[in-house]
Amino acid sequence: MSITVKDVQHVAKLARLQLSPEEEATFTEQMNAILQYAEKLNELDTENVEPTTHVLQVSNVMRDDVVKESLTQEEALLNAPEHEEGHFKVPAVLE
Amino acid sequence: MSLFQYRLPEVHNMLHSKEVSVRELTEESLSVIAERDSKVHAFLTLNEEGARDQARALDDKLATGAARGLLFGLPAGIKDNIVTQGLRTTCASQFLNNFQPIYDATVVSKLRQADAVTIGKLNMDEFAMGGSNENSSFGAVRNPWDLERVPGGSSGGSAAAVAAGEVFFTLGSDTGGSIRQPASYCGVVGLKPTYGLVSRYGLVAFASSLDQIGPITRSVEDSAYVLQAIAGYDAQDSTSAKVSIPDYLSSLTGDISGLRIAVPKEYIGEGVDASVRESVLSALKVLEGLGAVWEEVSLPHTEYAVAAYYLLSSSEASSNLARFDGVRYGTRVDDGGGLLDLYHNSRSQGFGPEVKRRIMLGTYALSSGYYDAYYLKAQKVRTLIKQDFDEVFKKYDVVIGPTAPTTAFKLGSQTEDPLTMYLNDILTIPVSLAGIPAISIPCGFAEGLPVGLQIIGKEFDESTVLRVAHAFEQHTKHHKARPQM
Repeated sequence: MSITVKDVQHVAKLARLQLSPEEEATFTEQMNAILQYAEKLNELDTENVEPTTHVLQVSNVMRDDVVKESLTQEEALLNAPEHEEGHFKVPAVLE
Repeated sequence: MSLFQYRLPEVHNMLHSKEVSVRELTEESLSVIAERDSKVHAFLTLNEEGARDQARALDDKLATGAARGLLFGLPAGIKDNIVTQGLRTTCASQFLNNFQPIYDATVVSKLRQADAVTIGKLNMDEFAMGGSNENSSFGAVRNPWDLERVPGGSSGGSAAAVAAGEVFFTLGSDTGGSIRQPASYCGVVGLKPTYGLVSRYGLVAFASSLDQIGPITRSVEDSAYVLQAIAGYDAQDSTSAKVSIPDYLSSLTGDISGLRIAVPKEYIGEGVDASVRESVLSALKVLEGLGAVWEEVSLPHTEYAVAAYYLLSSSEASSNLARFDGVRYGTRVDDGGGLLDLYHNSRSQGFGPEVKRRIMLGTYALSSGYYDAYYLKAQKVRTLIKQDFDEVFKKYDVVIGPTAPTTAFKLGSQTEDPLTMYLNDILTIPVSLAGIPAISIPCGFAEGLPVGLQIIGKEFDESTVLRVAHAFEQHTKHHKARPQM
């Protein structure tokens, strides 16, 4: 299985990255090398092996539904590149 | 003589008897940084004013005779992916160049409760992705033992700062070896605790199922002190483990007679430098002399760990780093287009090449049609790697081998080929995938460069790991060597 520049462009779109033509070429080559290395895993028969998502046996962690102190609006907006009237500001979503 | 040459209890005695003040310890740290950090480049942000205020308050506390914390007065550095309220936290990324956290990570609160002094924030590979520190957006850290060589990564600043005597101890984070490998390259002690032992609340997530915070120190005793201060359940971290925390200091008995050591043949075989192997074998002789026994074993799935790790960690990273969108914090590049353009432009300009590469790899591995072939397959291989360790720990108390296959390499020598760089972590990654604790301690030198010994323990058995490391340290002098700067 090898990936093409077109695949890289598609994945970049999914990842919300804008790549230059040079980056697309480099990533195509490097991702192919890495994925080719990853093919190694197919040497192993994992048919009856359970996947490990977490090393600790964690299940849902619940807590009582109690109102606690939270961030103020001012704190939440402290690092916002742009905000207006207590909201994060974004460009027009609908055109 | 530097105040940081003393053992922690000695420094505390000196504080108690008023031979030295917290202010003096803090000034010593700041002056060593002023003298050396232009060469080492371990620090990204200094907390000079804050540290001096803290020192003054602690000296006042000392005068009143009030109860003192476990790390009282000790100057500490914190890796820059751990958030500190009001103190710039960048993850060594342009994306967060001006980010001012609005809360403290749990470990930062715990250090404050233990009366440590925060000196500043430490350089790293961008978002902890890398093994050489060359992926920092603010310039690479240099290895204090040889300024032309890398300090390792991603906690390179955390390891180099301790090796250069700039602070008493630091905190790093380890996802696939990011505490242990730089500790090995810089000749210091780096401990990765069991997954879940130390809270990740406030650690900027890279790969959530692997990330763990731990101490980097000059000695095993210091490591035990810092671990004692930061370990424990935290309701703010849903993967925090509900286990009781033992007294780590009392485990430093020096007694390892009858200890059963497993040495995986995969860890001392092909691909490991002869000089590294020799250092490790002579370390095993020291442990034998103390009454331990060792046997060669096999961890048969070791060779698959790197591939599984890069698929899993990149997948988790691609998801975790989706939050950097240019809306709520960080870089925002608005060229007058729509929201989608804003995301694309902000992320493309904010992230460096290695971060983009891993986001791309992870997005691909999780994308429709490839999930089973890559992500799920890697999770299954992770199970096999964990089972390798489970099997060995039925018969043995610890697993020992080198931390890294080589000593520190030259800056720029591996930057062209990401795959070669990834293979430097081949001996630390399996441990991360299994979630178990491991420490890297200095065990010798090869051509003037430090070699690290990795001691791996059972889940939540940091006590044994520390006991073995401490016993070794008591009978060797490697940890006392300091770089000439």
